[in-house]
Amino acid sequence: MTEENRHVAFICSKGSLDMVYPALVMGWAALGQGIDVTLFFTFWGMDMIRKDRVENLEISAVANPSMKMSMMGVPGNLGIPNFIGIVPGMTAVATKLMKDKMTKLEVPTVPEYLAMLCDAGARLYACKMSVDMFNLKDEDLIDCVGSVVTASDFMDMTEGAQVIFI
Amino acid sequence: MATREIAGKTVQVDEEGFMTVPAEWSKEIAVEIAREEGITELTPAHWKVIDFCRQDGVASGKSPTLRRITTQAGVSTKDLFALFPKGPAKKVSRISGLGKPEGCV
Repeated sequence: MTEENRHVAFICSKGSLDMVYPALVMGWAALGQGIDVTLFFTFWGMDMIRKDRVENLEISAVANPSMKMSMMGVPGNLGIPNFIGIVPGMTAVATKLMKDKMTKLEVPTVPEYLAMLCDAGARLYACKMSVDMFNLKDEDLIDCVGSVVTASDFMDMTEGAQVIFI
Repeated sequence: MATREIAGKTVQVDEEGFMTVPAEWSKEIAVEIAREEGITELTPAHWKVIDFCRQDGVASGKSPTLRRITTQAGVSTKDLFALFPKGPAKKVSRISGLGKPEGCV
C-alpha cells in the first residue's frame, strides 16, 4: 500500500478569539481520525503562537453584527450597538463572555489546544514574512512551532493536501 | 440492524461497524477488533484506556471523546496517539464496543 494519507493544512491568518478556534477544533478532529494536519500561522494568526499573546487573545463587539445582546442575557436578537463596543473595557467584557461559554462547554483554552494538537502529531509553522514584519525571534514563539518557513516552503509541504484558509 | 460475528459471538452493529449494544462486548471481542484495526497486541496501557471507556461509556451511554479520555483517565495525548496510531477517535470507541464519539473535542 503506497496510498498517501489524507492531509489537511490550515492557514491561520486571524488572531481574534472567534477566528482562532476553527483550525484548532477541526485540526483536532482530523488528527483523531488519523488525518495528517499542518498549521501555518501568518499575519494576525501569529498571535496564536506568540508566547506573549497566546494567553490573551480577545474578541471585539465592534463591527461584529453576529454578536448580540443575548450573550449578556438580554432576550431576542438585539445587536450590540457599535458605540457600546468602543467603550473602553468592552472588548474585555466580550472576551470574558466568550471564554466563560467555552469553559462551560469544557472547550480547552488556546494554549492547551495547541499543545494537544502538537502532542497528537500536528506540524506547526510560522510565516517568514510575518516573523520579519513583527520583528519576532524563534524564542518569541511557543515551543511546538516547528520552524519559520516561506510561502513557497508551505506550498512544497502541502502538495496534495486540502488547504483551508482562515 | 446488521449483525456480525466477532470472536465467535454474534453482535449488533450499525452501518459503520460500531457495536450498538455495549453489553454484548467482551474482552475477546476487543482483542479481535483491535487486530482488525492494526493493533496486534493489547498491552496494559491499552487496557487502561479501554477500561476507562467501558466504564465511562456504559455509565453515560455514549463514547467518551479523546479529550475526555486524556483528562479523566490520566493518559497523555502523546501516549493515546501512540497506543492507537492513525486516528484513535474511532479506533478506541470501536475496540471498546461503543458508538462513534459525538463531541467535537
